[in-house]
Amino acid sequence: MTEMVTLRVNGREHPCRAGIATTLLTVLRDQCELPGTKRGCNQGVCGACSVLVGGKPVRACLTLATDCEDREVTTIEGVGTPARPNAVQQALIDTGAVQCGFCTPGMVIAATALLEEHPDADIETIRQGLSSNLCRCSGYRKIVEAVSLAARRTAS
Amino acid sequence: MSGENEAGAVGQSIPRLEVREKTTGRAQYIADMSSPGMLHGAILQSPYAHARILSYDVSEALAMPGVVDVLTGDDLGDGRMGAFIKDEHAIAKHKVRYVGEPVAAVAAETETIARRAVRLIQIEYEELAAVLTPDEGLANDAPIIHEHLDDYIKVFPAVCGGNLVSRTELSQGDLDKGFAEADFIVEGTYETPAQAHLAIEPCGALAEMDASGRVTLWSANQSVFRVQANVCESLGLPMSKLRSLTPRIGGGFGNKMEAHVQPIVVALAMRTGRPVKLILSREEDFECVRARHPMRVRCKTGVRNDGTLVARDVEVLLDCGAYGDDSPGVLGYSLLMARGPYNIPNVRSVGRLVYTNKMRFGAFRGFGSPKVNFAGETQIDEIAEHLDMDPIDLRLKNIVATGDTWMGGSVLASCGLRECIDAAREASNWDQRDLPQTPGKRRGMGVACAAHISGLLGTGAIVRVLEDGSVALNTGAVDIGQGSDTVLTQMCAEALQVPVDGVSVASPDTDGSPYNWGTTASRVTYTTGRAVVGAAAEVERQLRDHAAEMMECSQEDLELRPGGLIGIKGVPGKQVSFHEISLRAHWRAGGPIVGHHTWVFDQPTIDPKRAVAHGLPFPQIGVYSFAAFVVEVEVDEASGKADVTRAWMAVDVGRAINPGSVEGQMEGGFVQGMGFALTEEMVWDDARLINPSLLDYKVPTTLDTPHELHTIIIEAAEPDGPFGAKGVGEIGLVPVPAAIANAITDACNIRLTTLPMKPERVLNAMEQAAHGS
Repeated sequence: MTEMVTLRVNGREHPCRAGIATTLLTVLRDQCELPGTKRGCNQGVCGACSVLVGGKPVRACLTLATDCEDREVTTIEGVGTPARPNAVQQALIDTGAVQCGFCTPGMVIAATALLEEHPDADIETIRQGLSSNLCRCSGYRKIVEAVSLAARRTAS
Repeated sequence: MSGENEAGAVGQSIPRLEVREKTTGRAQYIADMSSPGMLHGAILQSPYAHARILSYDVSEALAMPGVVDVLTGDDLGDGRMGAFIKDEHAIAKHKVRYVGEPVAAVAAETETIARRAVRLIQIEYEELAAVLTPDEGLANDAPIIHEHLDDYIKVFPAVCGGNLVSRTELSQGDLDKGFAEADFIVEGTYETPAQAHLAIEPCGALAEMDASGRVTLWSANQSVFRVQANVCESLGLPMSKLRSLTPRIGGGFGNKMEAHVQPIVVALAMRTGRPVKLILSREEDFECVRARHPMRVRCKTGVRNDGTLVARDVEVLLDCGAYGDDSPGVLGYSLLMARGPYNIPNVRSVGRLVYTNKMRFGAFRGFGSPKVNFAGETQIDEIAEHLDMDPIDLRLKNIVATGDTWMGGSVLASCGLRECIDAAREASNWDQRDLPQTPGKRRGMGVACAAHISGLLGTGAIVRVLEDGSVALNTGAVDIGQGSDTVLTQMCAEALQVPVDGVSVASPDTDGSPYNWGTTASRVTYTTGRAVVGAAAEVERQLRDHAAEMMECSQEDLELRPGGLIGIKGVPGKQVSFHEISLRAHWRAGGPIVGHHTWVFDQPTIDPKRAVAHGLPFPQIGVYSFAAFVVEVEVDEASGKADVTRAWMAVDVGRAINPGSVEGQMEGGFVQGMGFALTEEMVWDDARLINPSLLDYKVPTTLDTPHELHTIIIEAAEPDGPFGAKGVGEIGLVPVPAAIANAITDACNIRLTTLPMKPERVLNAMEQAAHGS
């Protein structure tokens, strides 16, 4: 039923067991010991499980682990550290945009990918780009502000 | 206090203490925890709304490889839990009372095995007639949901019987006289639906038992102490046998205040002797945790032609769901708030809470108030329209002020409502508004006011000075994401004039933290803040005792100096550090420095000379925060979809300890209120919830949310509040539905009385208005 697949996550190889229905989310959390990627709905709606596969944001709960072999997977643990946060993370810290933090890993991934594609994203582009990531605490305004700040800082 | 220049002191928007772990994915939530040898739990949910359980056959599930235990109601005693009425077992026993109720649970080696195994459990039921609405529940021949309601333990003088869980009544003045004095009366019936809390983190728990039989429990919660009480009551455990702890919490809006799966997980851990973790799926979380009550409000207001409000009569019917939970409190609170922030002399508010065969409804941000606010505040606008008066001017004519009394008779020691209204009016350019008009769209502006308590029950704080002079704060208050760890630390740092990073904050632990009722009722800043200030004052007193002896001077000559120092007034170089004092205290004299302060909110809700109350569950409630919101909406003429385009929120918080966090509460509350107003609705088909998924239940996204969300902080200091602070957790949601409804009326000349104000409802009303004219 299950086969061994080797996932390359945050630059490190992880040999994992995966069946035909095993999601990337399950493997990341349960086998790679990378719990930063969150399970909010397991239906591809909330965005808390967003990760980068080949540099593109995907829902880890809708992505099969076996489809990720030979592709570069980046999780929240791979985009910055507490001592060296990336631009989006630093801007979230500076704007006070984070409340409970459960949606934050997915938001960081989505925003990082968005700014990769649109380095000069304006408020409207950011609102569009984050519209598939749900947050129930913040009311979004400060998150959008933070991503805008990150864009401006990166540009300057 | 004079420490404004100290890093992180009160009034500064410092970042959350834990923000780096949250932004980098290092924060640990319940689902991220594990323990060696851990089993995984899963629940089986009832397929029936109301049925007697005749028998269980768990043999097939138990025989499945990897299954370690199967738990049913037969395995547990008769213990029952409940915040106000002890009516709920750890897991269904003898009967099931709603579709989705946990009726059996499995502990297995993996989550997959546990989830497969529950489907192999065979339960024989005898289906019973179900009660699906409060009206059905009150009918003479209604099936009875709790046959032993009379025998249940209640913590307040509940007026109950049949399916009536409680009837509460508040009154003051003379209602008949008030309506007789009125020149006209406005009347309406308002309906609001069930709203899902939808914290992005689903509920879960992890429990393990040690060799002595004592259990350690981690769970998604808003109060480690309410978790402890609920588990111990439902499982018949002494509280000394259960230690309740908390990881980071992925949001809680009332849903994590009382128990969810913790009693089940503890039972499985005790039976198996192994750690057990159970995390609900999103669908299960929707179906069996709790939600905001469906409510019907009848509201009648009598007015003089000069705009003076003279009488209000409010009748509330609240759907309790299958278990009492926090519902009696929600009922009582909604009645206390039904008068609104107005000096109406003659008021009666009466409500009934009725069991139904639906999931339990419970605490949700606003605690009943958003629903009566929707009724009352849209009615104020109707009155203004009738009088051809500006809705803001009508409000200003009637609002409460400092020194006035709230419904029931408690005196308002601080009230910044007028300042809130003035600020929102000015910022929104209300008086000179010139709204942009787009073809096919209609724009309008609306206003609503609100008040909300901060207070209730017991809380405490312990402050210690460590050997090197660092300060350790321990309160037992769970930070559910709203930022209380940071705010309480700022208060402690300010009180002792030390930098924030010189104070550590303990994670709540029933073994080591002082009691804290919970992170609910917008209470932590106010109640726990007071405890922190009190404990810090006790520490300061002990520090001064040492300093006086060390510098051989009198107490009166001493002063606290920034940076952890106590010095002699007027002598700049003469001082001792907390470090020096603490070393002395630890090793030579006096003993380690520990300050504590506990208190319980004890001012009466009801002044018997002014008001009469029956069946009120909280004799002492709290102090009041105030708000005035103005919103602008744009309604699409073709679809009926209403969008909030701009909003101005002015909230009187007494004192903003961390203004950035206050804004976060206001903005988050606003958007959750916007969801309640416009899109969110749990829908049942007969007894079955048909939209328990994020695909079918729509919460606001970035695109639904205005970026022009203006926050205005008003600071009418509360004399008893810590640094003058009052709560802000809930008030940002409360006036939102009414403000949006009033804006829709302004835009389209229709008045909606049912939430959510979804496109078809708006469109139908617009068509009716067009045909009627």
